[in-house]
Amino acid sequence: MSERQHPLAALTKTRILEFVREPEALFWVFAFPILMALVLGFAFRDRPPDPVPVGVVEGSVSKEITDALAASGKVKPSAYATLADGLEALRTGKIALLVEQTHALTYHLDATRPDARIARLEADAAIQRARGRLDPSPPQEALIHEKGSRYIDFLLPGILGLNLMGTGIWGIGFSIVNARLKKTLKLMAATPMRKSHYLLAQMLSRFVFLVGEVGIILAFGVAAFQVPIRGSLAVLGVVTVLGALCFAGLGLLTCARARTLEAANGLMNLIMVPMWLLSGVFFSSARFPKAAQPLIQALPLTALNNALRAVMLEGRSLAAIGGELAVVAAWGVVSFALALKIFRWQ
Amino acid sequence: MNAAISCTGLKKHYGDVKAVDGLDLEVRAGECFGMLGPNGAGKTTTIEILEGLTKPDAGEVTILGRRWGSHERELRERLGISLQETRLTEKLTVFETLSLFRSFYVRGRNPEQLMADLSLEEKRDARVGKLSGGQRQRLAVACALAGDPEILFLDEPTTGLDPQSRLQLWERIAAYKAAGRTVLLTTHYMEEAERLCDRVAVVDHGKIIAQGSPEDLIAGLHAPHIIEFSTDPAVSDEMLAKIPGVGERRQRDGQWFLAAASLAQAVPALLAALDDAGAKLVSLSTHQATLEDVFISLTGRELRNE
Repeated sequence: MSERQHPLAALTKTRILEFVREPEALFWVFAFPILMALVLGFAFRDRPPDPVPVGVVEGSVSKEITDALAASGKVKPSAYATLADGLEALRTGKIALLVEQTHALTYHLDATRPDARIARLEADAAIQRARGRLDPSPPQEALIHEKGSRYIDFLLPGILGLNLMGTGIWGIGFSIVNARLKKTLKLMAATPMRKSHYLLAQMLSRFVFLVGEVGIILAFGVAAFQVPIRGSLAVLGVVTVLGALCFAGLGLLTCARARTLEAANGLMNLIMVPMWLLSGVFFSSARFPKAAQPLIQALPLTALNNALRAVMLEGRSLAAIGGELAVVAAWGVVSFALALKIFRWQ
Repeated sequence: MNAAISCTGLKKHYGDVKAVDGLDLEVRAGECFGMLGPNGAGKTTTIEILEGLTKPDAGEVTILGRRWGSHERELRERLGISLQETRLTEKLTVFETLSLFRSFYVRGRNPEQLMADLSLEEKRDARVGKLSGGQRQRLAVACALAGDPEILFLDEPTTGLDPQSRLQLWERIAAYKAAGRTVLLTTHYMEEAERLCDRVAVVDHGKIIAQGSPEDLIAGLHAPHIIEFSTDPAVSDEMLAKIPGVGERRQRDGQWFLAAASLAQAVPALLAALDDAGAKLVSLSTHQATLEDVFISLTGRELRNE
């Protein structure tokens, strides 16, 4: 007869080939994390914050005040010929504060803007000191620079988790709905192919992309921001693999029955948007009310993010994050089993 | 008689639409059986029920002496299925596609053999997306043959193909049948049914309205010839009814179609009758009756309503 590949291997290979031959898909999996990292890199450059732009009304304010503002380094003054010009710049957000000296020193500002309040404090301090104010107890500043406790250190594992969820659910969901629309699924169901093999191959093919997408984010974080990886890389590997499988399973379940791309898209958003917000990607999930915590902690992305942070930032061992991994694995297994049961082949 | 496929009392309703409405069918081992009917007659629903892809509302299906409920895996190994408008993954090559389908079967034909069977060797490394319609359809049939099946199901295998591709595919199907295998196909091309099929079932509104070999069905008209003509001025049905040797009559777009057992008898009689009526002949042609005429005779409608 003929040499025959194992169907699971053949299906996995097919899925990978399909993917690498789809330039758009490649872009979203590999270029997206790079773009995200670049944006972060810009936002978290290792330098003091930019001076806040403020305006002064020319003529009304003495040169001494303008010089004092410029010398403070905390605000960046620019001159406006008339009060009307200055107010216009304030309204359009070009400056955060407008300084005018009539019979008294006047600050024009929108108090609801945080940068306006900062500008007011900094500008006022500079002006008062220039006019001879002496601070009774001059403070010292102790800045936090310790690696591992900055916002970027908190954020990077979250981005990693977010990316694992996004590529898992989008990557698998759209390919399945497409195959259903084109009746490829129906044709496969008409062969002796085991249905579990088809779904399993979708999950397995994720491994290939995992190395790339996780590698890029981690490498960027370590190279550009010295984000620490305190735990072992092997443990981190186990966590990301489990996370990828979990969201691949959820992706299968999300698209188990959807007949159109629109329906699938809606379902995917329904699954993902709550986790973007609740699962501690950009800020700690501990900020949500206590009553909601049991639910939030049971979400797969919360568990994955907690496990990633525990390994990367606290150097925890596999045993120490067993609870989180159990939650992640349970979501994966249950989703896969349910998807297999309710999957629509035509 | 050894039945490869048989079904009785098949019914499938979609809401108010009776797609299949009490259909009995028996396909013998080693024959090529065609379901002929217009679009929407219920052919695809029927073949997909037989393929085990759609559950019927009522009725029994037996394939190779087995039932879908109890022997699905075994049957899937032994059947080859090509769906209507199959869209294989465009990013894969011909070889990769065939390797994939081969991997699903315990026994089967390897990709090289399949490519040779369907003249696809030159397209071995071409992506499916770059193939012509005819090549794609041949690839779909090659996929259906990957398990070296005992029965091949083809749903409208040549719809939309150019005449040359159609001929090429007919040759391959005939070669498969010549190896003693069974074929069940659906078509709305009477020519396809006449060329390929040992027996044909004419399907309309979810029922079989006639069944038999193409020759028998045509012979059943008792009028193997069709006379087609038009006149100026038009002539009446009563007048034509009096002409000896003329069977069924029908009219479409000013054109008359008369069934006749003998042209030698009917044509001179028709000409004489037209002469008597003072009608001038505008056009006149004759052809051998086909399955199309059988269908029209049975339903009063044409097979293809494109």
